[in-house]
Amino acid sequence: MTTRTVTYDLATPSLDATGRVVRAPLSAADNQLSAEHMLVNIGPQHPATHGVLRLVVELEGEVVVRVIPHIGYLHSGFEKLGEYRTYNQIIPLTDRNDYLAAPSNNVALAQAAEKLMGIEITERCRVLRVIACEIARIISHLVWAGTTGIDMGAFTVFLWMFQEREKLYNFLEAWTGARLTTSLTRVGGLMADVPDGWTADLRRWCERFPAVLDEVETMLSKNGIWLGRNVDVGVISAADAISFSLSGPMLRASGVPFDVRKDRPYLGYETYDFEVPVGEHGDCYDRYLVRMEEMRQSVRILLQALDRLPEGPINVADPRVILPPKTRGMSDMESMIYHFKQVMEGVAAPVGEAYSAVEGPRGELGYYFVSDGTAKPVRWRIRPPAFLNLAALPRMSEGHLLSDLIAINASVDIVMGEVDR
Amino acid sequence: MSAPHPSVGTLRARFGAAVLRTAVSCGDTFVVVARGQVHEVLAWLKGDPGERYDYLVDLTAVEYRDRERPIEIVWQLWSLGRRELLRVKTELPRDEPLEVDSSCDLWQAANWLEREVWDMFGVRFRGHPDLRRILMWENYAEGFPLRKDFPLRGRYSRSEQVRQALSGNLEAHYSMEELSLQEAEPYLPEKVREDLRDQGLEV
Repeated sequence: MTTRTVTYDLATPSLDATGRVVRAPLSAADNQLSAEHMLVNIGPQHPATHGVLRLVVELEGEVVVRVIPHIGYLHSGFEKLGEYRTYNQIIPLTDRNDYLAAPSNNVALAQAAEKLMGIEITERCRVLRVIACEIARIISHLVWAGTTGIDMGAFTVFLWMFQEREKLYNFLEAWTGARLTTSLTRVGGLMADVPDGWTADLRRWCERFPAVLDEVETMLSKNGIWLGRNVDVGVISAADAISFSLSGPMLRASGVPFDVRKDRPYLGYETYDFEVPVGEHGDCYDRYLVRMEEMRQSVRILLQALDRLPEGPINVADPRVILPPKTRGMSDMESMIYHFKQVMEGVAAPVGEAYSAVEGPRGELGYYFVSDGTAKPVRWRIRPPAFLNLAALPRMSEGHLLSDLIAINASVDIVMGEVDR
Repeated sequence: MSAPHPSVGTLRARFGAAVLRTAVSCGDTFVVVARGQVHEVLAWLKGDPGERYDYLVDLTAVEYRDRERPIEIVWQLWSLGRRELLRVKTELPRDEPLEVDSSCDLWQAANWLEREVWDMFGVRFRGHPDLRRILMWENYAEGFPLRKDFPLRGRYSRSEQVRQALSGNLEAHYSMEELSLQEAEPYLPEKVREDLRDQGLEV
């Protein structure tokens, strides 16, 4: 028996002088094999599709020729259901829309309804809503980083991120009684004020959390495998990103500095000192950098909000939209009538329409209400950032390898509850 | 009362009678444009150097409870450079086919958004490259869910819905586009074959 030596090239990428990844060229030597295209179905029950997304992929060898996303497996008809509910009754539906960032959705709904009804909320409510939105952003980005890590084979990140997420869910639980489906807001206010000692605990968490981000960045940012899987993968140009109406980190990674918090400020975001991170190359790696930096900026906003959190009521002093305290409702005739009217009839909005958006973790999360003067909206439309971001997936992934498709899909950060609504 | 929206005057000056009316609701300005000119107006709003509404925020439809009122198609536009929102609407009368020109050639985002409006409201977009259902499945037969005449629980009984779901051919969930692949051909349901023939595609 003779032995022979086989030399082969390791496909592990390395960095060139400018820091960009050097890729082994795709070998198209065997044209016999590549002549036949293969149709592969991924999902809807597949962990790497981050929910019930189904992708039909046409492959030439290992190269993706065409991607056709199929959505709707989680379609729940929220917009239709909303037409049969009063504005406050819609709030539990918004929890289930983007279930990784329920507070953002709660705030978006309350804000749109308040715009429709011309309600000006109290300062304490405004600051608490900012805190809720930023907690939601951090939670969502933590889930994104953790699950994307798993998709790339980095399990540690998942555990570290979910540990922090768990702590944040404890804060939400202490505040609202729920971890995932918070139903935090009411039209004109909030369902509850934060409990005693809550702000001090959150401040302690904020001071410690950036160290966790540092650890994760040490693990990933210069990691050869992470770079190889992400750098120059799924590039989308700024012009295409705008044409596809991408928003949030997806748009900003392509170099377009659009952030609803800066461009159409709400909740007093213009008075907070924070930066909007913007990428240059529009690839998966820039999206990773943008999201990591956004978490740091969210911590900055949280600390500023905690500093300025004023005393005072969380609800507007308007008995037509805010339920009276239970004790008053039981003892005082007028309060009981208001209670009865709100519960039985709901709060009527004037004839008109209002579009209002917040910067959710995935981008511009807009709620559009059309009212005909009754207590239930004629039309409730959610402007879904994840839906629009997902629409660009074929553009970003065609021509890449099948394994890159998983990386690109992870970088889009979809939530199927919001895509399908 | 704040200052009027800057684009209202320029639109009226440029398109005159095609701008049917403008209004302000809750601080947002909207412009109702004649159905025939809406594509032209959108293209001008996107391309004109003074307007530059380059970002399509949203595209949706509104049907009112009052059955006499026309169905509205709503474009929410945003200018990234000028930081200006503008809502453009057009009205589709009930007694004519629900059709309007597609804006897919202006914004790629309109592709999925128009498919959703077709899926939910049954409004056809002329010139859309691939107008098929998006959230509901290809051979969904109950109609258009967000229309006001669509009952909240669906048109069919629960048992009929279950029967249809169980008897459905899973391969029928492949889209028109994928079906150009030869191996999928034997699995085509008859309805999809008809649709393909209507589109002039050979099966």
